[in-house]
Amino acid sequence: MGDAHYFGDGLTYLNPSDLKGKLIAIEGTDGVGRSTHLELLQEWLEVQGYGVITTGWTRSNLMSKTIEVAKEGNTIDRWSLSLLYATDFADRLEHEIIPALRSGFIVLADRYIYTAFARDFVRSNDRKWIRDVFGFALVPDLVCYLRIDVETLALRVIETKAMNYWESGMDLRLGNDLYDSFKKYQSLLIEEFDKMAVEFKFEVVDARKSLEDIQDELRSKIHTLLSEGEVARTAPVVEDAQL
Amino acid sequence: MTEQQPANSNAPHPYPGKLIIVEGIDGSGKSTQLLLLHKWLESKGHKVFFTAWNSSELVKDTTKRGKKNKSLTPTTFSLLHATDFASRLYHEILPPLKAGMLVLADRYMYTAFARDVVRGVSAEWVRKLYSFAIKPDMAFYFKVPIEVAISRLLGGTRGQFKYYEAGMDMNLSQDVTESFRTFQSRILAQYDKIVDEYQLITMDATKDIAQQQDGMRRLVDEALKDYKPRRGTHGRRSLFWRRFDVPKSE
Repeated sequence: MGDAHYFGDGLTYLNPSDLKGKLIAIEGTDGVGRSTHLELLQEWLEVQGYGVITTGWTRSNLMSKTIEVAKEGNTIDRWSLSLLYATDFADRLEHEIIPALRSGFIVLADRYIYTAFARDFVRSNDRKWIRDVFGFALVPDLVCYLRIDVETLALRVIETKAMNYWESGMDLRLGNDLYDSFKKYQSLLIEEFDKMAVEFKFEVVDARKSLEDIQDELRSKIHTLLSEGEVARTAPVVEDAQL
Repeated sequence: MTEQQPANSNAPHPYPGKLIIVEGIDGSGKSTQLLLLHKWLESKGHKVFFTAWNSSELVKDTTKRGKKNKSLTPTTFSLLHATDFASRLYHEILPPLKAGMLVLADRYMYTAFARDVVRGVSAEWVRKLYSFAIKPDMAFYFKVPIEVAISRLLGGTRGQFKYYEAGMDMNLSQDVTESFRTFQSRILAQYDKIVDEYQLITMDATKDIAQQQDGMRRLVDEALKDYKPRRGTHGRRSLFWRRFDVPKSE
């Protein structure tokens, strides 16, 4: 990250200029296939000799348990929910993401701050506060947005794991049952993601395509990013060794 | 999709109740003063609700865990306290204010503005973080010289300083009293700025307890002149409404 910088008011005690790795975020709504692609990308990059770590939304040591418990209660307010996400993100940023970038790793993030932006916006109609809160986040080198329409998404989610309370935005009371609520909530999220895609220049990938096609597209975008930069590979490339 | 609370902490809140808060460093005696005020207000027949900094069940456990394994950074420390505050604002502070009650808060967002900035977060950022907070009707700052606070804490019931209270995480000094002195002095300097910025009422916290309380009661009495207390059913109920507690998963 030659020109690493913070999204807003950054960490005053941490200068991001010595971060050598690359930060790549995979965004997209619930059930769009992010984690599957992330696993394949990690494998692909490691085979090429890049050091890779992955980091997932709400999976920090400090907060994962707390967020689980909070969500079980189903009575959490907008600010607390967003602040719990922000705390989780800050913990991962300082304990996982920044140390890895400093050592030259590629960091693959399963969701990033834009997920928090979308979720807070559909609950509050306010974009400013949540963006201020996440001012300390590093701006990623690349954001790939897996875009899907809500009809396809609904079918896919029902097929694979069924709809749950939070993915259906039931706290917003948008519909009478899980299905209606899911469709309305996810439509609002997708609408906001689409706007951010323009504003923050996401690389948009059509998530309705086949797994192979999507993966190929993601790889080509990442390849472009890595060939621009000077990311040190941790092992020599196998093809070269054979020659 | 409806807009929630107005995110403007400079405008007065629109609710019929009144919010009174106290600020000051550890050992300033602010909690004692608030307790005495609480007794007095209740004796006058007011419905009073009390809330303390960092007391919500959910976040308290997490903060405790983070403190124990010393994994908190200035930013996560700040965010956890903001989460606690948001949760208490929503569950504890707004409902009684809407119901027309008096709410007393031991510490408010100014604690974060002073302490988190000393720990190293950006002063602008932490103010934006709390922009959803409502402005208190009265905010008292108990101003005390650092040496008075130290002798009160060492001579009093506690007898020793806690790790984070003394800012031991900041590696200011190996000696806990010396670390407390440096850390809390920096907080005092921040409070001095905040008093001007937010027009907190400064109380001389070196005076006698009773003398301070007299002064505080006079000011509160004056401020409550236009306040119409809501009389509920007679007889005091300690639980006026229920907070929806999150069930413990273990």
